[in-house]
Amino acid sequence: MNRSVAITGIGVIAPGGVGKKAFWDLLVSGRTATRTISFFDPSRFRSQVAAEVDFDPQRYGLSPREARRLDRAAQFAVVSARECLADSGLEFVKLDPHRTGVSIGSAVGGTTSLEREYLVLSDSGKLWEVDSDYVSPHLFDAFVPSSLAAEVAWTVGAEGPATVVSTGCTSGLDSVGYARDLIAEGTVDVMIAGGADTPISPIAVACFDAIKATTPRNDDPEHASRPFDRTRNGFVLAEGAAMFVLEELEHARARGAHIYGLIGGYATRCNAYHMTGLRPDGTEMADAIRHSLDQARLAPDRVDYVNAHGSGTKQNDRHETAAFKETLGDHAYRVPVSSIKSMVGHSLGAIGSIEIAACALAMENSAVPPTANLHEPDPECDLDYVPNEAREHRVDNVLSVGSGFGGFQSAMVITREETAR
Amino acid sequence: MTATATSPAPGTAGDTTRPSAVVTGIGVAAPNGLGTEAWWQATLRGESGIGPVTDYDASRYPSRLVGSITGFDAAEHIPGRLLPQTDRVTRLALVAGAEALADAGADPAELAGQDGYGDYSLGVVTSNATGGFGFTHREIRKLWTEGPQKVSVYESFAWFYAVNTGQLSIRHKLRGPSGVLVSEQAGGLDAIGQSRRTLRQGVKLSLTGGMDSSLDPWGLTSHIASGRLSRGTDPATAYLPFDARAAGHVPGEGGAILVLEDATAARARGARVYGEIAGYAATFSPRPGSGRPPGLERAARLALADSGLTPESVDVVFADAAGTPAADEEEATALRSLFGPYGVPVTAPKTLTGRLYGGGAPLDVAGALLALRDGVVPPTAGIGRPVAGHRLDLVRDTPREGPLRTALVLARGHGGFNAAVVVRAAGAS
Amino acid sequence: MAVITLHDLAGVLTECAGADEDVVLTSESLDVTFTDLGYDSLALLETAATVQQRYGVTLSDDEVSEITTPREFLDLVNQSAVQAA
Repeated sequence: MNRSVAITGIGVIAPGGVGKKAFWDLLVSGRTATRTISFFDPSRFRSQVAAEVDFDPQRYGLSPREARRLDRAAQFAVVSARECLADSGLEFVKLDPHRTGVSIGSAVGGTTSLEREYLVLSDSGKLWEVDSDYVSPHLFDAFVPSSLAAEVAWTVGAEGPATVVSTGCTSGLDSVGYARDLIAEGTVDVMIAGGADTPISPIAVACFDAIKATTPRNDDPEHASRPFDRTRNGFVLAEGAAMFVLEELEHARARGAHIYGLIGGYATRCNAYHMTGLRPDGTEMADAIRHSLDQARLAPDRVDYVNAHGSGTKQNDRHETAAFKETLGDHAYRVPVSSIKSMVGHSLGAIGSIEIAACALAMENSAVPPTANLHEPDPECDLDYVPNEAREHRVDNVLSVGSGFGGFQSAMVITREETAR
Repeated sequence: MTATATSPAPGTAGDTTRPSAVVTGIGVAAPNGLGTEAWWQATLRGESGIGPVTDYDASRYPSRLVGSITGFDAAEHIPGRLLPQTDRVTRLALVAGAEALADAGADPAELAGQDGYGDYSLGVVTSNATGGFGFTHREIRKLWTEGPQKVSVYESFAWFYAVNTGQLSIRHKLRGPSGVLVSEQAGGLDAIGQSRRTLRQGVKLSLTGGMDSSLDPWGLTSHIASGRLSRGTDPATAYLPFDARAAGHVPGEGGAILVLEDATAARARGARVYGEIAGYAATFSPRPGSGRPPGLERAARLALADSGLTPESVDVVFADAAGTPAADEEEATALRSLFGPYGVPVTAPKTLTGRLYGGGAPLDVAGALLALRDGVVPPTAGIGRPVAGHRLDLVRDTPREGPLRTALVLARGHGGFNAAVVVRAAGAS
Repeated sequence: MAVITLHDLAGVLTECAGADEDVVLTSESLDVTFTDLGYDSLALLETAATVQQRYGVTLSDDEVSEITTPREFLDLVNQSAVQAA
């Protein structure tokens, strides 16, 4: 079987706004949500900037008990799953539990809770043999990231396949791609899919400091994430989540669901090159893009918007620019390309899904979000990156890409229902 | 089913053919044996890898038994340049991955250049539930006792769940569709299922399976936090699934990496075939107290349906064997419903290793393949007082010989994950 | 006097990036690029971080990123040590 898969619900928790409306408002305003880290004293670190979410669990419907039990990443996953379900209208429809599955992307799962608990049990690192006497009963759920999928499955009443897709920084794209495959092949009719990551913790900041992947632009946090700008010097760590209701197209049509778009194509590749390094020619990303377009039966010049990985590291920006030129040809110079990481930072395993949400909302609103903080284009990055201001633009077909540690390169094409085959 | 207009390419959902996926290579790292044959022979002899923690003083912990791989010298197996950047779990995965490829007689770099293959026709899909935990324990300790400047550059990837897939991909130049799935202890079967899915989408060879290792003090403490560890101090009786004395499990380290190939491609290159991954399915159990039935039996039925087989054709079941009374009862009920009381031989060789998280179910798949090859069911160790009400035909203490064509492997992960794989002997269909 | 010798650097490299029996650092490797010696950018970052702590020197990110050979590495560290003294 090869069934079409529709996006019928969106839930977003992003820096600068909880909920899809606040998220889109931020993107089209061109404002940024990057700031000096407030979750802990960052003064010891090289990079002291992050895109944090102001999130009050109870305001977003979690009971005090849920808020205590759930790790922050799980809170984000559950709240955004509820939002996407409500957005799809499925909350009032009897889902067939056996035909509903869950696929959650996360790069680092419960790391923030793990580190907090470690400090207690080890007396701030003094004990190698940490003290198990006072261990939290919730530690295991932070230890094993699949608890994110379990919490979401419980939340929505899914009894089909459930899993966490953990492919580092492409987890957000790959979790949606995995869900697409399960629906397309006929295993399920509905999937709740998307990424959630809350990595703003001292150990994560320290490890990205060590490889100098994050920006040290500490004196100007609002303008710290500068993809494609000559002065960029690393990404801004972030947190967030985005969840989708994915539905077999006829299932969605039969209930008159609002359809944001179809997952027209998805592919992932590995560069088999380096755990953190990228080949400048972008060849594996190009292959993923090519196959996504092939699946969608879309000629390259019909792509109306490219949502770039755009992390703001030199090697990434050149890598993907090369991949766009190789796959889109001359059209690469004409199509708007932008990076929302300039505004909401890089939330590792969540951002791929947050970017899919941005793509779907771009189709919905006939506008493309800008690349903020782009004032001095890097001569090697010579495409139209939509600098600083959102642009009105009809968007029927979108390409979104991701690239991550481990060498993963993924691409997804989303098409408007009417233009689908 | 309808044919697609364009020819399927790796990673597309458009391929509607269902070529069979066969296992042609096995690599094992287990507490009772490093290397496939060493582990298999130890398993048939009933040799246990469970013992007290020896790397550090575990006397303060309520659970002190583990299934650890002793005598593993990574430097003997792995290039020196990879040692500073890898946690123990990744070293184990690299060793098992290399063994599996050698066992399959497959050189990925060479295959990629051959007709019918291509740059993106080889991939890797693994499961891992706890990351590079010992590595991150050391680095996080350095962060808090010596400062951020002391944190290793390798912390940025040595501990995340994708590390084994990434390092296997780099080591063997596997550039095709790849992935990492985490469903606690069911994830290893999900990885095998996804690996098979990539073959259906055009991949020719996929490394798959799972590996976990998190038995350092912080890892052990995190396992203890689950509330499901045995507090037993006698290695012979600490982990007794389906026994009246069942009181939790022993955590272990290790797993298995398999070479899964498109059957036609494997045949074309003259590969020896252990068996076919004939069926796979996963389900999720509803929240306890919902009144709805758990999903393990449904996963088994769906996997059997996927393989085109019926319960009658199953010759042996490799059980999940959680080792707590309620979970054992739930599994026994599912098995009775599927096969009838005492309806099929059931075994749990993991009683010799402890539960291996992402690595456990792939090791059971390896055991199932070798059982089919040798016509022998490996035993479950130590079950002196089987729960009578379970009415299971448990293969206890000594191997049981006889012709075997089909095995069912079951796995459950904490929270409600269920998965099942049907393994069919080569040439059995 | 040099604060760090080729012998010292070889030791730190092995510690930070692992041993490779095919590559032994000698005076003949002083001008061979780290890439050709099989050390990637992460190996150099790890080595630079360790050298800075152990030898009490401070190297800027830009300086570290421009190092391509063992000789450049040694010169940079030893000059920094002189300036700091």
